[in-house]
Amino acid sequence: MTNKVATSGSLRNRLVFTLIGGAAVLALLFFFVVRSFSVQIAQQGQDNILLASATSMLDAAAIRNSTIELDLPYSAFSMLSTQADDRIFYAILQDGKFLSGYEDLVGVDASSSNTPTFKTSFVRGAKVRIISASRTLIGASERTEIQIILAQTQDDLSKTLDQISRNAAFLGFGFFALTSALSFWATSATIGQLGKLTKSVTRRGPQDLRPFKRSVPKEMGPLVSSLNSLMGRLDQSLSQSEDFIAEAAHRVRTPLATVRSYADATLQRVDKEENREAMRSMIKAIDESSRAAGQLLDHAMITFRADHLVREEINLVELTRDLVERLTPIAEMKDLSLALHSDDQVIYKGDPVLIQNAVRNLIDNAMKYGPMESTIEIFVSRVPSPSVTVCDNGPGFPVGEIESLTTRFQRGENSKDIVGSGLGLTIARDVALAHGGNIHLENKLEGGACVTLSL
Amino acid sequence: MRSSYLTVIHINLTLTCHKKELALDPMKFLLIEDNIDLANAITSRMRQDGHVIDHARDLEDGMAFVATSEYDLILLDIMLPDGDGRSFLQRHRASDLDTPVIILTARSQVSDRIGTLDLGADDYVTKPFDHAELEARCRAVLRRRTGNARTKIEIGGIVFDPVAGHLTVGKKAVTMRNRELRLLELFLNAPGQIFSKHKLADRLFSYEEDVSENAIEVYIGRLRKLLRASDMKITTLRGLGYRLDHDK
Repeated sequence: MTNKVATSGSLRNRLVFTLIGGAAVLALLFFFVVRSFSVQIAQQGQDNILLASATSMLDAAAIRNSTIELDLPYSAFSMLSTQADDRIFYAILQDGKFLSGYEDLVGVDASSSNTPTFKTSFVRGAKVRIISASRTLIGASERTEIQIILAQTQDDLSKTLDQISRNAAFLGFGFFALTSALSFWATSATIGQLGKLTKSVTRRGPQDLRPFKRSVPKEMGPLVSSLNSLMGRLDQSLSQSEDFIAEAAHRVRTPLATVRSYADATLQRVDKEENREAMRSMIKAIDESSRAAGQLLDHAMITFRADHLVREEINLVELTRDLVERLTPIAEMKDLSLALHSDDQVIYKGDPVLIQNAVRNLIDNAMKYGPMESTIEIFVSRVPSPSVTVCDNGPGFPVGEIESLTTRFQRGENSKDIVGSGLGLTIARDVALAHGGNIHLENKLEGGACVTLSL
Repeated sequence: MRSSYLTVIHINLTLTCHKKELALDPMKFLLIEDNIDLANAITSRMRQDGHVIDHARDLEDGMAFVATSEYDLILLDIMLPDGDGRSFLQRHRASDLDTPVIILTARSQVSDRIGTLDLGADDYVTKPFDHAELEARCRAVLRRRTGNARTKIEIGGIVFDPVAGHLTVGKKAVTMRNRELRLLELFLNAPGQIFSKHKLADRLFSYEEDVSENAIEVYIGRLRKLLRASDMKITTLRGLGYRLDHDK
């Protein structure tokens, strides 16, 4: 009953991949955002110092006697000193004309406005941050514009930025790792609910079709409720088919019983031999058809039950003893005796109804074929496997037919005068097969048939 | 079975002038069965054997019968119009009556067996049943349940208990096979009546068995041997059959 279910992908993997992928994207985003912010902040810091330095230089400029005096203050440079010993370049221009400093700074920035401007550029092969600020000096008769271009390399800044990036990367990775762990946990907690449901479905016996009562997460509600309704329908149809079989048996058997009893009663009254013969044939035919109907129904019941095998612990010895007790009155009518030989107890897990039916069929057969006043031997043994063997002293199985006897409606060559439907051995075999066993037919050396039902 | 001995007495009195009074009650059955045809068939067959049988059509009817008179055995159908025969069984067992119950079931043997026996039925037969089987089961149940002396018959130096299956000839207990027992019972049921070989065969063997006339002769021979020490004798009437006689 274990059908292979077509599966496509795994819900767990899908969830884990989505969550981890999301975490990775978020971690990267975090890293870049943090870095770009810190770059911006660090740049701002450098810019502020540059501005302060440039401003103090400009402040030092003055017009004295129509000449420009600019004494670069020491503090203007000292405030620019960094741990990484960044280099500083400067240029002083008067009305756009180079006065002093590094001349190659001049071409870099030609802009002249009253507000200081910043830009990043390369001077002598080094990346620098440049500020250009100007101030208009007004003398007695003239006005002139002083422009300061100040540049500082960014070694220290990039060092700081590297450190910040590294920290951001660590943080991002930590976030990623934590989120991944969380997503594994969340996934298995979610999938675990499904697993629990699966387990409680699997743990159920084949006849247990009660609805699930245990509460499940809201999202699983529809699944469980459709499972419950499916099981409800299954339960109904199972009990309907069981009822149907019982009802069919009832419908067939009651009228047959009426005919059988009337025929029996009539036979006792009739004296004329030819009439008696007719009544006898009638009774024989009724017996044959009722037996066939009975066994067909039994067979249907057995096929049905074998599909939904219920395994209970049973003692085969007790089961067989019950049967022997029940069949003894019938055996006695034929002056047959039933002898049971067995171990103390043979415990087996199986369907008691099925096994009992199978053993009854074997004993029935033996009683049909056993000669009068003989003994039918019944053995129940534990080793090599739990088994029941029934032996009679009848004619035995026709040689060469042993194989075909267990197929449906097949009867032995030598069974002409014996009422039977040919289903007995089939039923026994089906029951054995349903329990993973088989039946074995053989003839005893001294005559008589033995059938072993091994489970 | 038991009622048959009443018949025995009457016929014995007229035919063989046997004077011994046998105070045996007839065997009394109650049949609870809703199918009228089947019930008629069963009752007429039972009466042929000399039993007394009352018929109840449903559970209520059945309870009323049980309340008003005493029965030796109840034959109970399982599916009845006013309920399940098993509920009758439960109620019956709950009251103090211990009348044995044999269930007549039309359902598959597979499904019903365990339930009915658990509820306290003594045995069951599956419809349609062989009357001889029903009789054998009744005998077995009564043997288990009562085993009292009521069923004994004493005649011509033998003591015979058909329910227990005991035969005493003179003072000696004799073991009998089932068919010998039934043959003797048949003869004792109808003393003076002539039984043809065919009739005897029909009563002793099931219809599915192919019985030769020789087999009947064998059983008659055995019974004669068993009765040798008594005053009972089986007479052969050539061309007609056999008869049990009591000669002084």
